[in-house]
Amino acid sequence: MSLLCVDQLNIKLGPVSVLTDVSFSLQQGEILALTGESGSGKSMTALALMQLLPDIAKTDGRILFQKEDLTTKTEKELCKIRGADISMVFQEPMTALNPVKTIGAQVSETLILHKGKTPRAAREKAQRILDKVGLPPSVVPMERFPHELSGGQRQRVVIAIAVALTPSLLIADEPTTALDVTTQAKILDLLKCLVKETNMAMILITHDLAVVTNMADNIAVMQKGQIVEMARTKTFFSQMHHPYTKSLIAASGHTVNLPSIAANADNLLKVTDVSRQYRLPKKHLFEAAKYVRAVSDVSFSINHGERLGLVGESGCGKSTLTRAILGLDPIERGTITLNGHNVHNAKANVRRDIQVVFQDPYGSFNPRHKVSRLVSEPHHLLPNALSGREADHKISSVLEDVGLSSADKSKYIHEFSGGQRQRIAIARALIIRPKLVIFDEAVSALDVTVRAQILDLIAKLTTEYGLSYLFISHDLAVVRSVTDRCLVMKDGQIVETGLTKDILGNPTHHYTKKLINAAPKLPALSKGVSPHAQS
Amino acid sequence: MMQYRSLIIGTFLCLIVLNAVALSLVWIPYDIKQLSIPDKLQTPNWDHWLGTDHFGRDILSMTMVGARTSLAVALLAVGIGMGIGVPLGLAAAARRGAFFDEIIMRTNDLIFAFPSLVIAILITALFGAGAMNAIIAIGIFNIPVFARVSRGAALSLWQKEFILAARVSGKSKLHISAEHILPNLTNLLIVQGTIQFSLGILAEAGLSYVGLGAQPPTPSWGRMLADAQTMVSFAPHLALIPGSAIILTVLGLNLLGDGLRDFLDPKLRKLQL
Repeated sequence: MSLLCVDQLNIKLGPVSVLTDVSFSLQQGEILALTGESGSGKSMTALALMQLLPDIAKTDGRILFQKEDLTTKTEKELCKIRGADISMVFQEPMTALNPVKTIGAQVSETLILHKGKTPRAAREKAQRILDKVGLPPSVVPMERFPHELSGGQRQRVVIAIAVALTPSLLIADEPTTALDVTTQAKILDLLKCLVKETNMAMILITHDLAVVTNMADNIAVMQKGQIVEMARTKTFFSQMHHPYTKSLIAASGHTVNLPSIAANADNLLKVTDVSRQYRLPKKHLFEAAKYVRAVSDVSFSINHGERLGLVGESGCGKSTLTRAILGLDPIERGTITLNGHNVHNAKANVRRDIQVVFQDPYGSFNPRHKVSRLVSEPHHLLPNALSGREADHKISSVLEDVGLSSADKSKYIHEFSGGQRQRIAIARALIIRPKLVIFDEAVSALDVTVRAQILDLIAKLTTEYGLSYLFISHDLAVVRSVTDRCLVMKDGQIVETGLTKDILGNPTHHYTKKLINAAPKLPALSKGVSPHAQS
Repeated sequence: MMQYRSLIIGTFLCLIVLNAVALSLVWIPYDIKQLSIPDKLQTPNWDHWLGTDHFGRDILSMTMVGARTSLAVALLAVGIGMGIGVPLGLAAAARRGAFFDEIIMRTNDLIFAFPSLVIAILITALFGAGAMNAIIAIGIFNIPVFARVSRGAALSLWQKEFILAARVSGKSKLHISAEHILPNLTNLLIVQGTIQFSLGILAEAGLSYVGLGAQPPTPSWGRMLADAQTMVSFAPHLALIPGSAIILTVLGLNLLGDGLRDFLDPKLRKLQL
């Protein structure tokens, strides 16, 4: 008898069907990976298992956990099961922890609450659990607060709380999505070890197929609330047959064709010995001010028509550099010039040549404006105001260029999906035909198939508009496909620079090697999928 | 329906007050300037629905006209607070951490540190009692409230990527504040405005009660309360009626403010399908 058996589960939110005939089972000590794109019903499945669905949800079907049907339990019975028998790890480790309590208190709290331990016994047990998840007192004392920990360490605390009561089922909902690749690899290792040691079962929910290949025993692919393909991991990649699975894998290794760059072109952007430091908040009133170097002595240049990549993990100084190049923030030392003009506090004639596309498709638009107004915002930089008709014409043509229709201009931003919003962001960046565009993690928040479409669009526009760009990303696979040259940045410094194919194929700096090794890989496939999928 | 309960009750109460005020502009049951001593101190009856005061004036008419003063003073005071406070808050947010920001916010702290009603009494005592000075005194204490609220909300908006995009488009901070920040603060300001409005009514009633608000013969709720004070033992309705009017109006405005906040904030709106 299996530990968990989901049988013909259907869930409706009002008239909308969010899960249709979902069935799977899970044995003790097994890992099941639920993958799929956003909106496919992965998280809804997890919420259904915890019986934490919104009030209006209508459930049909059975969820047998340890031979008992969870859908018929009362709220009181469920409270005993949640946390103790089934527990959960969430995506965002900062919001999952209470910021005003020490990590030791948060782990022992669960033990006191559910196991009725004395505070002292709970603290000792909590320390043992924290040791087990890789936070021994010599590294991170229990008296630390969540904000004093790194993202990976916080996620370890969240895992410690989740496994404190030795649950028989752990649900991990995108546990590594908010983390850097090198941290991701360590957290995945930890989860795998915990499953092996305690013989619990785990459901790992992720949008990234590559993450699960070394972890899961079974893989289930979800699309629109249904499981379209489910198989043992060993045979999954060789025997997959559903077109959706194939398209997912093809999209994750998608490559684009860029036009070749003109030889001996002039410098467009020149960054010379740029440094910027931030003052740290003081811990004591009379302490001497401390500074942290966000960017130190960075130099590089982009020629006309060149596509440069910038790779680095969070906190490496990418954002500081971007803002400095855009002329939004001052720098302490060095110069940044665009076409020979200094960018800081530059006039419109200089600014006109540089635009930016941000990561967050939701936060980068004023929700109260219509698309036409959003897209035409850079018109402000033009020397002469356009007539209404001219502006209208430009808006229509740029919207069509990015694959939307001119009828979209009278809509509000909430009417668009994440991918469409990113197209609008690109339209806004291109409407005044800048010479340089900065893509700041512009495809990182998108699903793989949408990401592939946006990358194609960028390649197409590069040809049509003769673009040069700086492509900032933490994802090596993406950088590989859309850039000619790339820089690897760590702790505010550029540690390696060169042609993209050389750097990613044959890295020399140990940090670059570490990044490449940590990135999850899909197994090699015989045909039909590009070799880039392996990165 | 249930989730908008406070919005509905609040709107209902505010509509009653507004209608009474609107009606008083064209018609009131009795002329309130006309004294009629023989009719004095009547309890509610068919001729005088809410009774009469010690001069024989109709209390319903007095309450309706008094509402005009109370609402006008509170409304103008909110107008002063918003008109000056919001631009100050926006300007402070646009220059976060600069000297200008510090000056504005520390001055706000200074004003907050004084007990508002006492200072309002001081101002009206210095410059003379009257509705206009009451408006100015209450308005001054509204300024830091609006400045602080709008600065706080604007600061978080300045971190948004759409503001960065506008800056990349070369727009000045003033331009961005007007075009992007202010429209995104409207919900917040409507809610804060209703709450300050109800506080303004209370403040006006307080000032008039001590004789520093509207001057005779202009009636106001606070003055009616003050007049009723000596007679409360044998004619309690004289105090109860303007008192209830104040309570219902303030309650209505607070419920309306609460309800509007829930209604306008999509995050607090419950999932509806």
